[in-house]
Amino acid sequence: MNVATVFFYLFSAIMIASAFMVIAARNPVHSVLFLILAFVNASGLFLLMGAEFLAMILVVVYVGAVAVLFLFVVMMLDVDFAELKQGFLQYLPIGSVIGIVVAIELLLVMLGFTQSDAAIGAGAAPIQANMSNTEALGLVLYTKYVYLFQASGLVLLTAMIGAIVLTLRHKPDVKRQVIAEQNARTRAGAIEIKKAPSRAGV
Amino acid sequence: MTDGWLLPLLIMLGKSFLVIAALLIYVAYILYADRKIWASVQLRRGPNVVGPWGLLQSFADMLKFVVKEPIIPAGANKGVFLLAPFITAMLALSAWAVIPVADGWAVADLNVGVLFIFAISSLGVYGVIMGGWASNSKYPFLSALRSAAQMVSYEVSIGFVIITVLLCAGSLNLNDIVMAQDSKYGLFGWYWLPLFPMFIIFFISALAETNRPPFDLVEAESELVAGFMVEYSSVPYMLFMLGEYVAIVTMCALTTILFLGGWLSPIPFAPFTLVPGVIWFILKATLVFFMFAMVKAFVPRYRYDQLMRLGWKVFLPISLFMVVAVAGVLQFAMAQGWR
Repeated sequence: MNVATVFFYLFSAIMIASAFMVIAARNPVHSVLFLILAFVNASGLFLLMGAEFLAMILVVVYVGAVAVLFLFVVMMLDVDFAELKQGFLQYLPIGSVIGIVVAIELLLVMLGFTQSDAAIGAGAAPIQANMSNTEALGLVLYTKYVYLFQASGLVLLTAMIGAIVLTLRHKPDVKRQVIAEQNARTRAGAIEIKKAPSRAGV
Repeated sequence: MTDGWLLPLLIMLGKSFLVIAALLIYVAYILYADRKIWASVQLRRGPNVVGPWGLLQSFADMLKFVVKEPIIPAGANKGVFLLAPFITAMLALSAWAVIPVADGWAVADLNVGVLFIFAISSLGVYGVIMGGWASNSKYPFLSALRSAAQMVSYEVSIGFVIITVLLCAGSLNLNDIVMAQDSKYGLFGWYWLPLFPMFIIFFISALAETNRPPFDLVEAESELVAGFMVEYSSVPYMLFMLGEYVAIVTMCALTTILFLGGWLSPIPFAPFTLVPGVIWFILKATLVFFMFAMVKAFVPRYRYDQLMRLGWKVFLPISLFMVVAVAGVLQFAMAQGWR
């Protein structure tokens, strides 16, 4: 057993345990924190596979941005735990039926999985020795898959615009700040110097 | 099983201890320098009692924190409350695994060194959010919400600035980025001059990312008492402070590497190039920190809406435009055969 194997089992074990804790934890904030732990361990697994660029991007995007916003939302929810647990038995039958169906489907897919002879040689081509991981990814992403790459960017843009359109409200009676106006103020227009003689006032 | 990995492991541990020890001593004096610079701008003396010229002040402070009683509020979420400062300090220290202080002098010479530091600094927000939430108190919570928005916003512009540097250097390796700035022009060949607007944007975003004044809305004393740290005392508080200052030093080192030529000598001929690289590196990082401290002394605190406007409406468009412009210029230069 070499060092990489030890770390593989370490990362995998922590990842599975924390993934379990995501659904087992009572406090939703703890759930999100365990989810973040699972992400970090997944990036550790990417590192072991030599996909260092993906590992770092996973941490930057998922842990550093997406999970922060997620945590942000969950923190502000005022969840009543007693109320949450109330409906548990009521939904147990239908929930377990859905769970069993999904488990059976997963099993069927995994057991029926075979690799065709044509696919064996066509697997992931090894990266050339003189090229870094990042460079290799960039080469295919911006040449062969450039249209798909741009299209996925546009899909995200659409989602962003949709969210803004849904939530943006301009209330007419709210006083808004105009930064240009604030910056354009000069000394002459803003202050007035008055002599205040003593005992007479202004 | 062979012993082939034991020796590298021991060497790695030794290097790590060396880096951490040097870093902690540097941070102790950075803290002292911060207070001294701030004091001189305000015509005060600053710390001058412990040791000659107050040089041992930081160590006295550390001792004070260690012997105090840690207080955990009754309503706090204990586990997360204690985890937050540890995460802050640990993440801040771990960024130093990849920073080269001289040619090849890094604990781990990663191919994706810049991304590693970027990832670590983006994780820094967790210490703040967890601390603020777990305290179960108004001001820390408000502060945590503010900081989450602030740090995520400024990460975007930092990311774009880093991309322009990467385009010029052609590598994500910190060592290669410094070597790419090595030219016969000395300090005029470093990236601060050709990428001048990005240097300023990076400096200001670094201030915001590390919650330094004028962007210290996270712990705005006049509004939030002390922000997310209100409920902390003793060693957990010290770990927060340590994490904050180590993150500041990391940002100074990153500015040095990306824009100020790392360990390279500013004047590229004999008497200056003989000075060890690590001395140049420390001098430059300290210079950047001096600018951090002067900004703290000079500039009044931003209002929250001004902070958000600056991040999203000013820095983001400028840095996005600069990425396109720099890429275009490089492509043109390559087509002309200049590079």
